[in-house]
Amino acid sequence: MRYLPLNKDDRTQMLSVIGVESIDDLFETVPKAARLEGLIDLPTHKSEQSVEQFFQRLSNKSTSAGSVPFFCGAGAYKHHIPASVDHLIQRSEFLTAYTPYQPEISQGTLQTLFEFQTQVALLTGMEVANASMYDGSTACAEAVVMAHRVARGKKSKAILAPGLHPHYAAATQTLASTLSIKIDERECRMGRDDNVINHIDDDTACVVVQSPNVFGEIVDLRPIAEKAHAHKALLIAVFTEPVALAAITPPGEQGADIVVGEGQGLGVGLAFGGPHVGLFACTKKLVRQMPGRVCGETVDANGERGFVLTLSTREQHIRREKATSNICTNSGLCCLAFTIHMSLLGDAGIQKLATLNHEYACDLADVLDAIEGVKVENDTFFNEFTVRLSKPAADVVQALADMGILGGVPLSRLTPEGDPNLLLVCATETSSAEDIAAFGSALKEILS
Amino acid sequence: MNNQGRPTSPVAANMNERATVSGSKGLDQAEKLIFEVGTPQRTGVDLPEPKGRPSRLGNHARQGEIGLPGLSEPETLRHYVRLSQKNYAIDLGVYPLGSCTMKHNPRLNEKIARMPGFADVHPLQPISTAQGALEVMSVLSHWLMTLCNMPAVALTPKAGAHGELCGMMAIRARLDHDGASHKRRVLVPESAHGTNPATAVQCGFSVDEIPANAGGRVDMVALRAKLEGAGKGSDIAGIMLTNPNTCGLFESDILEIADLIHDAGGYFYCDGANFNALVGRVRPGDLGVDAMHINLHKTFSTPHGGGGPGSGPTVLSDALKDHAPVPYVVKTEDGGFDLVENPDEKSFGRMCAFHGNMGMYTRSLAYMMSHGSDGLKQATEDAVLNANYVQASLSDVMTTAFEGTCMHEALFDDRFLKDTGVETLDFAKAMIDEGYHPMTMYFPLVVHGAMLIEPTESESKGELDRFILSMRSLAERAKSGDVESFKQAPIYAPMRRLDETLAARKPVLRWTPPVDVAEAAE
Repeated sequence: MRYLPLNKDDRTQMLSVIGVESIDDLFETVPKAARLEGLIDLPTHKSEQSVEQFFQRLSNKSTSAGSVPFFCGAGAYKHHIPASVDHLIQRSEFLTAYTPYQPEISQGTLQTLFEFQTQVALLTGMEVANASMYDGSTACAEAVVMAHRVARGKKSKAILAPGLHPHYAAATQTLASTLSIKIDERECRMGRDDNVINHIDDDTACVVVQSPNVFGEIVDLRPIAEKAHAHKALLIAVFTEPVALAAITPPGEQGADIVVGEGQGLGVGLAFGGPHVGLFACTKKLVRQMPGRVCGETVDANGERGFVLTLSTREQHIRREKATSNICTNSGLCCLAFTIHMSLLGDAGIQKLATLNHEYACDLADVLDAIEGVKVENDTFFNEFTVRLSKPAADVVQALADMGILGGVPLSRLTPEGDPNLLLVCATETSSAEDIAAFGSALKEILS
Repeated sequence: MNNQGRPTSPVAANMNERATVSGSKGLDQAEKLIFEVGTPQRTGVDLPEPKGRPSRLGNHARQGEIGLPGLSEPETLRHYVRLSQKNYAIDLGVYPLGSCTMKHNPRLNEKIARMPGFADVHPLQPISTAQGALEVMSVLSHWLMTLCNMPAVALTPKAGAHGELCGMMAIRARLDHDGASHKRRVLVPESAHGTNPATAVQCGFSVDEIPANAGGRVDMVALRAKLEGAGKGSDIAGIMLTNPNTCGLFESDILEIADLIHDAGGYFYCDGANFNALVGRVRPGDLGVDAMHINLHKTFSTPHGGGGPGSGPTVLSDALKDHAPVPYVVKTEDGGFDLVENPDEKSFGRMCAFHGNMGMYTRSLAYMMSHGSDGLKQATEDAVLNANYVQASLSDVMTTAFEGTCMHEALFDDRFLKDTGVETLDFAKAMIDEGYHPMTMYFPLVVHGAMLIEPTESESKGELDRFILSMRSLAERAKSGDVESFKQAPIYAPMRRLDETLAARKPVLRWTPPVDVAEAAE
């Protein structure tokens, strides 16, 4: 077996050093009834070549985004990732290191985390950020739990805006369901996010608003923040497309107390939904209630600047049942990919990337809006928007797929109660004019 | 002091730290933050020029710069390669972190995970266009259920702790479904990982600690006192038990523990962090387990990546399987695959957006298929053999915490350092100078100054012999009264010991532009 260095002689010698006769002796603390005789009923070992072939065949059974005209968004975005990103994250020293618990030999990971935290803080317009969460949806759920910690049990309500991604709302509801957090009823509807203002009262711990929301509409957070703060509630701003934050007023400048979102759009591929990388930022005032790992600056015994994981008194391995969260993993390698992509882009690069995304989406909107049976529903958008079709969106998307086009996400896929004729579409810098034209003519054909 | 010859003592070795003009030390290159080397207008990505068409952002357009530095591609490459060289890694040497299973990460897995049919597939594209990805999930589920002898698995949890949440949520959902909402007390051994009590509380349970006995296992007298006669009407919701436990020992009373908890109407959550000691030899389903998360990033070799991403699929018993979270894959009549994305009444709901960490499913399945049933069993046996070899080879100079053989990790305490002035932390830092990543230290909490060594099956005998030699010499040096060299350690790492107290007391969590001196004076 190519991954196992010990040979038969080694094993014999080692058993004799241990002072036992056979390997079975090392398993004698296992109750007899639970000891397995023989091999488990699964195939035996395979060569590298045959494992690779098996997966190659399965890979060929899926349609990859890069192989067809592609317009899906709704929480996961196709962007071009520079080759150096993937090369760097495969360096052994990054790939095969553990959590940086020994800072003297982990400065590579730690300094990267410090850079990541700074980039996230700048992009969101917030004071501080943590070292990442599993993904955007779990970051959102943890933010709601954090808001209730901040309220010290004196407020029970969390309000989720109608434009919050249904998966984010569901993940939040799951985590909140076992705690004494009441989730205000919501219905995934377009154009109603401002209504959350009417639900904010003194019992409200937090209000969660996504912008651009799941329909692509950009939401003015300022009035919501104002009302929330008047009732001592926190505004949790959510985003699913990090590139959008380079184009729109960041939530931090609109009064958000906590900003959470998905970072996948920068440096991390689609990967059928994971691994992605959750971004989590907040005001300095709230930092000790923040979940997840945090990296901080310090000095070593020689007085040289270095970095360590810090504020660990919030975390489970120290606080156990009193921890801010049970989380002990971040999304290390994905947050490294995010950091490298951001470093390559720089201020000028990311703003240009955002402008291109917006322009291509505007082009797409023009093409689709001109088709009979298609109506663009948005007043504003960044790189994704919602269209109303004259036929059920799920059927249309399937028909498009049969023609070799991945033409967006039906709202009904995200939430069974969603309006069946609404389709969420997205264009990025990877959407060529030819692809947009192909999408338009296919849609025209299907709807005629 | 003799400064002429070769350095012969750690104090003289400090001469290595003579300042250089550049701040670099040979191959160890000094590297500033990107914010200190980049400029806003530079970029490492060429993009087409925008057309300048009217915006549809409304009045939401961002004003002004973000403040990000820009670097060209060669500068970026060099920056991150330099940083990478300040990291220890499995590919570099022995990484014996107990409870973390730092095994070899096969590169075939990386290649497979990057195949476009897995890496470049959108989670919400039509099911008919993602059949290959769904088949991987289905085959992986089969392997995990078979290895565990459990009837169901929830793949979506994104890490071990997320898997714990999944299992405990399923337990809670089952209890609520049975009208047993009064059952809210969860027993957790004091040797448990910190995530266990944190998870229980996050799921709305209260935590009741069970002490360990002198042999490092669950104190059955204490456990029986809590459970015997408690009955189904009791407030017992379940137990969270790691097996092998965090002392590296198999809980030999596990069958009785499972019976006791079931008789009390509770469920048995097993923390699967140490599954690497069992794969192919013991199946959790045969131990009475109701739920167990599997760390694909430990047992099944997906890279730890400096702290993630992980993946924590959770196997579930018959009693819990109807309460599993969405989404999950089902086979269709025509031999294809479908995804159930909307929860029914019994499911406890959704844990995250999309379908979990696909990138870890491909890698771990490739690992399992490469080993096969025979290789997985051999890997388990080698992991246990390696740990016992280390324990046996060090037990005369260090102090093993408990008598007898261990499973896949060897636990030492700090009795051998008594009166030397050297503490576990110093010992760990001295290992760095020997070229090794330290073992897990001060955990489990039930042992004083704990040192938990998990070599895994990936180490050769030759590598282990060198490691043992270093450990023996450190133990002997500590006993010889040479405290100072331990307190100074590490001296051969990119950095000396870091001031963690300062970091926590005055948190600096991000870079900020230096304040202009003239401005500050105003």
